[in-house]
Amino acid sequence: MNAQMLIFYLFATILLFAAVRVVTARNPVHSALYLVLSFFTAAALWIMLQAEFLAIVLVLVYVGAVMVLFLFVVMMLDINYDTLREGFWSNLPFALTVAILMAAEMVVVLAGRDFWANGSGSVPTLHGPGYSNTKELGRLIYTEYVYPFEIASVILLVAIVAAIALTLRRRKDTKFQDPAAQIAVRRNDRLRIIPVAADTKLMKKPEDAPQSEQTS
Amino acid sequence: MTFPMPNLTPALPEIFVLVMVSLILVIDLFLSAKNRFITYALTQITLLGAAWITVSTHGSAPQYTFSNMFVDDAMSDVLKLMSYIAVSVVLVYSRSYISLRGMFRGEFFALVLFAMLGMMVMISANHFLVLYMGLELLSLSLYAMVALQRDSAISTEAAMKYFVLGALASGLLLYGMSMLYGATGSLNINQVATVIQNTTGNHVVLTFGLVFIVAGLAFKLGVVPFHMWIPDVYQGAPTAVTLFIGSAPKIAAFAFVTRLLVDGLQGLVHDWQGMLVIMAFLSMAIGNITAIAQTNIKRMLAYSTISHMGFMLLGFLSGSLNGYSSSMFYVLVYVLMSLGGFGMVMLMSRKGFEAENLDDFKGLNQRSPWYAFMMLLLMFSMAGIPPTVGFYAKLSVLQAALQAGFIWLVVAAVLFSVIGAFYYLRIIKLMYFDSPVDETPIRPEGDMAMLMSTNGLAVLALGILPQPLMALCAYAIQRSLL
Repeated sequence: MNAQMLIFYLFATILLFAAVRVVTARNPVHSALYLVLSFFTAAALWIMLQAEFLAIVLVLVYVGAVMVLFLFVVMMLDINYDTLREGFWSNLPFALTVAILMAAEMVVVLAGRDFWANGSGSVPTLHGPGYSNTKELGRLIYTEYVYPFEIASVILLVAIVAAIALTLRRRKDTKFQDPAAQIAVRRNDRLRIIPVAADTKLMKKPEDAPQSEQTS
Repeated sequence: MTFPMPNLTPALPEIFVLVMVSLILVIDLFLSAKNRFITYALTQITLLGAAWITVSTHGSAPQYTFSNMFVDDAMSDVLKLMSYIAVSVVLVYSRSYISLRGMFRGEFFALVLFAMLGMMVMISANHFLVLYMGLELLSLSLYAMVALQRDSAISTEAAMKYFVLGALASGLLLYGMSMLYGATGSLNINQVATVIQNTTGNHVVLTFGLVFIVAGLAFKLGVVPFHMWIPDVYQGAPTAVTLFIGSAPKIAAFAFVTRLLVDGLQGLVHDWQGMLVIMAFLSMAIGNITAIAQTNIKRMLAYSTISHMGFMLLGFLSGSLNGYSSSMFYVLVYVLMSLGGFGMVMLMSRKGFEAENLDDFKGLNQRSPWYAFMMLLLMFSMAGIPPTVGFYAKLSVLQAALQAGFIWLVVAAVLFSVIGAFYYLRIIKLMYFDSPVDETPIRPEGDMAMLMSTNGLAVLALGILPQPLMALCAYAIQRSLL
């Protein structure tokens, strides 16, 4: 076992531990932080696979943006986690049976020699120090994979449209300015000259003034 | 570095729809609520234009583009045309329903078109990644549409269930695809098929991936044991959205199964055949038996969907070209019946009233004999009773399964369809032999009335003359799957 293998197993262990804790941690903030840890170790594993760019993006986007946002949401929402856990124990036996059954089936398949005997899987070739992963990825995305790339952008557009459609509503109690109406306003709409009592001699048409203002 | 420009002609319908939906999104912003019908008209024009482009670029030989990720063959053209028709009918049926419920908004039409774009991408995909992207585009639009009535608790719950289970299914599908990628070293469907053909002996990794892929597909199709979301989503979603989910996406799901299992994994046919046999049997059994206990017609039709999807799988599991084309025929016929069935539910609904209980259909014959007759034709067809097209659809998949030697499965299918006939006939009994609870006259708008009549009569006409549609399916399958 060389150093690389050792590092791999170290990170893999941390990753599995963190992933299990994400599910089992009682405090949602802890489980979000464990998720950060698992992303981080996954990024380390990707670097070992020479996917530096993806690893950096994983840290920047998921840890830097998504998880921070997630933590905000968890901290801001007052969720009663005890009601969420209701029925956990009553459903546990069934869930555990299914999970163990599935895991056992997978172990039987994966542990069998047949699974590894094939060897048709292509092992990725290692590249020299001058090889730029980022450049290669960029080239592929904009040439060979341009079609799925474009569809991905449409999916993001759908996300925007859906988010707006689901959350935007006209609230009756919001106060807002309408600049167009503010600009288009005329003097006569706002200003009215009301003759006061002292000028009764000048008053031509007293019925013009509203009742309430005459008294004031 | 040189980059050869991909040939865009085969993908013109997709490009047109994308451009139009972006335009519609912008134009809609400048429309007042009074002029919102312009958005509706533009959406219909988009469908018409896409249909025209699809027909005019139709070629008999398959065309590949975008580094072989996109395929334009006879099957994709036929399925796309059918999707346009289905979506267009959905929009006509839903128009008055959604405008009475405050959903007549630009976003609704944009999401419908985005979903259709996703279906088109799936129909024309020749690459696992593209298939997945198309599926996500379709699913994400559908999740949002189910939740569009944000004040309705039942819709929100349905959307949440749909979203969580849909994400789980996508995860399963991706896991299976990654296994296949590991075993074959490619994501391109043709290359995967070639590698599998050349692999001799050991198929364990491939089969391991296949299990996950079939589970993911089953989720999306809604066949037992992955059917839990269907009744809740069908009941919870606004009926217009239920109508949409129950129609055009089934065509895309057919294309999805064909591309993945038939195009890509034909070499593993003996492995997936067995899985489909179990799922088809369980779907027909649970779908038909559980539907009897339902009192909500949307829920009842949801269970009927499950059983119909089971029948559709009968064609696939026969593993022959004849079987695939009979499956395609079944799906198209199912979409026609489903449009009519949910359309009737919307036709009976009015402002502030949802005709979603079976009792709401009581005495329909006295209120409107013509629509009662249409519903009778649709129910006969769903039950598979001879003068209607549903009979031929069932007959052709049963024949295909019989030729493949699944005699016990065919016998079971016939038995379950006899059981299923009960709940379809119960609606007919309610319409003709019970007295109405609600005397409000039924007055649909002109275009909806005409289309509903066409829909009902088409079920009868295709039942008398099923040959053209069957020939079309056979043509599409034979030209595309060699």
